[in-house]
Amino acid sequence: MEKNKNFILGIYDDEDILLSAIKKVRQSGVKIQEVYSPFPVHGIDEALGYKRTRLPIAAFMFGMLGCTLALTMQIWMSGADWPMIIGGKDFVSLPPFVPVTFELTVLLSALGMVATFMIVSDLKPYKKPRLMDIRITDDKHVMAIDLANNELEKEDIKKIVKETSAEEINDKNF
Amino acid sequence: MAIPLDEVVVKEEKQNLEYVSVIREPLVTGGKTVHDVTEDICRQVEGKPTLSWMLAMAMSLGTLGIGAYCVFMLLWEGIGVWGLNKTVGWAWDITNFVWWVGIGHAGTLISAILLLFRQKWRMSINRAAEAMTIFAVICAAMFPGLHMGRIWMAFWVLPLPNTFGSLWVNFNSPLLWDVFAISTYFTVSLVFWYIGLIPDFASIRDRAKNKISQAVYGALSFGWDGAAKTWMRYESVALILAGLATPLVLSVHTIVSFDFATSVIPGWHTTIFPPYFVAGAIFSGFAMVLTLMIITRKTFKLEDYITIGHIELMNIVIIITGSIVGIAYITEFFIAWYSGVEAEQYAFLNRMTGPYWWAYWTMMTCNVISPQLFWFRKIRTNIAATFILSIVVNIGMWFERFVIIVTSLHRDYLPSSWAMFYPTIYDVGVYVFTFGLFGTAFLLFTKFFPVINMAEVKSIIKTSSRKAS
Repeated sequence: MEKNKNFILGIYDDEDILLSAIKKVRQSGVKIQEVYSPFPVHGIDEALGYKRTRLPIAAFMFGMLGCTLALTMQIWMSGADWPMIIGGKDFVSLPPFVPVTFELTVLLSALGMVATFMIVSDLKPYKKPRLMDIRITDDKHVMAIDLANNELEKEDIKKIVKETSAEEINDKNF
Repeated sequence: MAIPLDEVVVKEEKQNLEYVSVIREPLVTGGKTVHDVTEDICRQVEGKPTLSWMLAMAMSLGTLGIGAYCVFMLLWEGIGVWGLNKTVGWAWDITNFVWWVGIGHAGTLISAILLLFRQKWRMSINRAAEAMTIFAVICAAMFPGLHMGRIWMAFWVLPLPNTFGSLWVNFNSPLLWDVFAISTYFTVSLVFWYIGLIPDFASIRDRAKNKISQAVYGALSFGWDGAAKTWMRYESVALILAGLATPLVLSVHTIVSFDFATSVIPGWHTTIFPPYFVAGAIFSGFAMVLTLMIITRKTFKLEDYITIGHIELMNIVIIITGSIVGIAYITEFFIAWYSGVEAEQYAFLNRMTGPYWWAYWTMMTCNVISPQLFWFRKIRTNIAATFILSIVVNIGMWFERFVIIVTSLHRDYLPSSWAMFYPTIYDVGVYVFTFGLFGTAFLLFTKFFPVINMAEVKSIIKTSSRKAS
């Protein structure tokens, strides 16, 4: 990210104008660095051509891990390490192990997925955000175009963005 | 190589951008714009605490202080300060535990189950409801902990190698299942709540004027910048967490009901308990959400976000779950009679006509009869009536647990062991303590956290906010 310093920002007020703007800008052959929004915009991932996130797979894997750990723990503790006779019940029988197995499956799945999300999205406490515009977290959508990634001239890109009914077009240097 | 844009298309699209439904009631009234949402919700976080907030806080802290004395006495003297005896070994403590856990269920129902059902009206109430869940679960967890007598030994519930030998916890016991269920429920609810808070903390961070708020909300917002890729992942995470939390919340009260249902005590030994407890939990939880939201919307002037429509929908959930609970009571009676088991028949007859008849009939009146009033549209759209009935429902749900626990225990197998339970000041005091704890935590939440999920509400402004005419 170090070399990307000069951006053209298209500021939009309305999510539907934004969506059609994204499509038009991309059709014009301009590469969009990223779009920033105050709330999730439906269909923006398809408009930007993002692949579906693989976080559900992470959730499933962590869930399987939790399930395996819980069963192993219970079978080992009450069946192998120190079996205790309580009410004459079997040392290892699956039905009474279901609740703990289920809970630990859910727990590891949730925590693992959220941790993965934090890591891939680089969300952590005390991280200084690279804000394109202060109004992103209020009510404006911002389309950021990195000049270093585009072969077109600055003025041409500005013209394209302007034709998509952007409210403002700004320059941002980091 | 710029492709010339078709101006006509853009103009047409602009005209078609207004798509507020003409049939559905708007979820946000007052013609709010996206910017208004930020302003209205951030106001109480940024402003000085109001007088009513400070009075409420003083009351909560006072309650907490009185309760803390009772908790201290309980820990100092032991469980003997409670009114428990050899026959009635569980009474107020476990009643309060089940009551608080039940209240927590509505928060997860609103944020997870209604998300899966795509119910957009959840958006302006889910944040506060989830906060309620978290604080209610903390209050609930106090009781089994304190009931241990030696709370400093509480870590024995964990599957740790015992220092006196390699003894492990008993995985056949529903009480141990509770440990796993409640702690998983608390952790997942907390994570779900926090994930939702991150974008809103970023909004507060970017508006903050002083250095302290900038630093605190900056740390809390985890460097959120609103990138579309993060939003995409965020939505995926929220959906899966909802999918995980839905069976989780059902499992938690099921396991709580197993504490009773897996025993062989007449009045407890019933297979209907899991669904009946889950319905009861949602019933009491929605009542508590209503109690809290009616006060919050009034104090923070959020009537445009938490509308009469929201209150009416929550009241409809109360009619449904209240009716399920009513049917469960009747079914229990029918099965007790139909089973032909004398002990079971006696337990239920004793509930209705025995020394605790008043508790039983309070429960029936509050839980079965009172929610039926919500069939009248006038009552379910009336704020004062809803507020009173929401408290009545929670009184009834407290008595439900009391009736199940105490009336089933107090007539033991041997008539010579029959006893009554009378609460002492410390039974009451520890209950009062949890009210102080809940009140203090909830008030801190309303002052320092955005009480409405701004990002989610902003996403429905276009479709569900009626423009001012």
